[in-house]
Amino acid sequence: MSIGLHDSQIKNPVLRWVDQRLPIFTMLEKEYGSFPTPKNFNYFWNFGALAMVTLVIMIGTGVFLSMNYTATTTMAFDSVERIMRDVNYGWLLRYVHMNGASMFFIVVYIHIFRSMYYGSYKAPRELLWILGVVIFLLLMATAFMGYVLPWGQMSFWGATVITNLFSAFPLVGESIVTWLWGGFSVDNPTLSRFFSLHYLMPFVTVGVVFLHIAALHITGSNNPLGVEPKGPQDTIPFHPYYTIKDSFGLVLYFIVFGLLVFFAPNFLGHPDNYIPANPMVTPAHIVPEWYFLPFYAVLRAVPDKLGGVLLMFGSIAVLFVLPWLDGSPVRSMRFRPLARPFFAVWCVSFLVLGYVGGKPAEEPFVTISRVATAYYFMYFLVILPLLARLERPLPLPESISRPVLFGGGPLPAGAMAKPMEKA
Amino acid sequence: MADTMSSPPTSSPPSAGAPETRRDFLGLVTTACVAIGVGAVVWPFIASMNPSRDVLALASTDIDLAPIAVGQAVTVMWRGKPVFVRHRSATEIAAARATLLSDLKDPIADQARTQKSDWLVVVGVCTHLGCVPLGQKSTDARGEFGGWFCPCHGSHYDTSGRIRKGPAPTNLVVPTYAFTSDTKIRVG
Repeated sequence: MSIGLHDSQIKNPVLRWVDQRLPIFTMLEKEYGSFPTPKNFNYFWNFGALAMVTLVIMIGTGVFLSMNYTATTTMAFDSVERIMRDVNYGWLLRYVHMNGASMFFIVVYIHIFRSMYYGSYKAPRELLWILGVVIFLLLMATAFMGYVLPWGQMSFWGATVITNLFSAFPLVGESIVTWLWGGFSVDNPTLSRFFSLHYLMPFVTVGVVFLHIAALHITGSNNPLGVEPKGPQDTIPFHPYYTIKDSFGLVLYFIVFGLLVFFAPNFLGHPDNYIPANPMVTPAHIVPEWYFLPFYAVLRAVPDKLGGVLLMFGSIAVLFVLPWLDGSPVRSMRFRPLARPFFAVWCVSFLVLGYVGGKPAEEPFVTISRVATAYYFMYFLVILPLLARLERPLPLPESISRPVLFGGGPLPAGAMAKPMEKA
Repeated sequence: MADTMSSPPTSSPPSAGAPETRRDFLGLVTTACVAIGVGAVVWPFIASMNPSRDVLALASTDIDLAPIAVGQAVTVMWRGKPVFVRHRSATEIAAARATLLSDLKDPIADQARTQKSDWLVVVGVCTHLGCVPLGQKSTDARGEFGGWFCPCHGSHYDTSGRIRKGPAPTNLVVPTYAFTSDTKIRVG
């Protein structure tokens, strides 16, 4: 990079004047205009964009909700009810925000599934994946704190149970919990700090999302074949091809989102959260929001308190090292005849954990949760490392163009020389 | 770094083998001071999240025991948490004292958990994940040992508030309390 005005290609004189001094338009054109993108994306590749749009929606509705919300224990519940009844379109803002959290997790879970099925976490995209897991953790923390803010029964007892997880750690556990609470129970200091952090963390997330996308634009996107583009014949510019594909997906997404907000706004919520928080009475069944149920099931699968807490944190921590647990060089499960059924069972075990997480801690759910938890970890720690040695993948296509275009399309000289063998 | 620029490039880093210089010393001192400085700046921020003076000031509660008949229990708020005070019957005391210590997950004698055998005072917070156990009303489920039962994850406590079954690791906590008169206690 040389010092001096940027040699801008922008025609419009005003934009050009800006671009010469701060080449943001050049950057946009490079990263979102002509950016070479594999031409064989399926609709699973929409979910990153959908997640980004949802983040913007959540920040937008959240900022406006906070104008009418009061973060003190005596006022919080009533201020949310006032938003629902008296504030103009307050019901809309709150229902969009509330269901937006659920939609966010649906989108993110599909996005993670996509990465796991098509091996998007593998070299050279390990850091991209790790940043994604960081975003997932930030989302969970933000969603948890947000759920506390209406100060209903589930808010209060959810906060009590989750913060008490830290008391499982020997020696320092109790001090950590007192420090988290700012008192001797979940109370006003807890509520106000959760509000502060709930407001802060989305902006931290925006920062990590920026890094996530920056890393993506270094390595380029993975694709359903898991074969790197071999040249310009394998890619198409991001605009207009994927801007239009993302827009179409976004319209479908908004239809689903709208159905939830306007026709079943409380479908995914829990009725107990419309009862004001009462520190003296615990609801009969404490359940977290649906998107935490698989991890809650892991927590309850272990009869030991510290063991359960460690395993629950471990179930997410294991994702960080996934790129190194799965040593197979073949990315897409399309070409992994053994990994594919094992991964399908893993998906089932995750859904089963979600189901039993919402059930009371009694038989047969306890045994089911133990089996599902065992498989959850087995898949990462035993099955994937073994498959990397034992599995014989199907032959990979020579290039993205080969299976897409009839006859294979034009290939650069030399690429035809040798059919690709098992990498 | 004028001196490093003028000196000829060496293949090994200057610290390896070369005698320690005043520059190394100054580097270490600077690093140590920065670390102390950062710690000193971070400390007030972390400490501000601990319980404030007004929260600590509310740390004791007086309870009048006179109206509590034998077999009854009351729940009192202390530090934002429920405290269970149970006026135990003779059979409940006998059951608690007859239990062998070897049967307990967190072994401690009933005598060590009570100041007067009639009165059991415990913090009504399950030691598992902080739910309020059932058993204060005679109509509540009291679990298999006649004390309390936590509905969240199924912990059973006996008539001394000791954990007998379920995921909770320790007994219900006995708060610091003192009899200020024959019929009054102060918790905290």
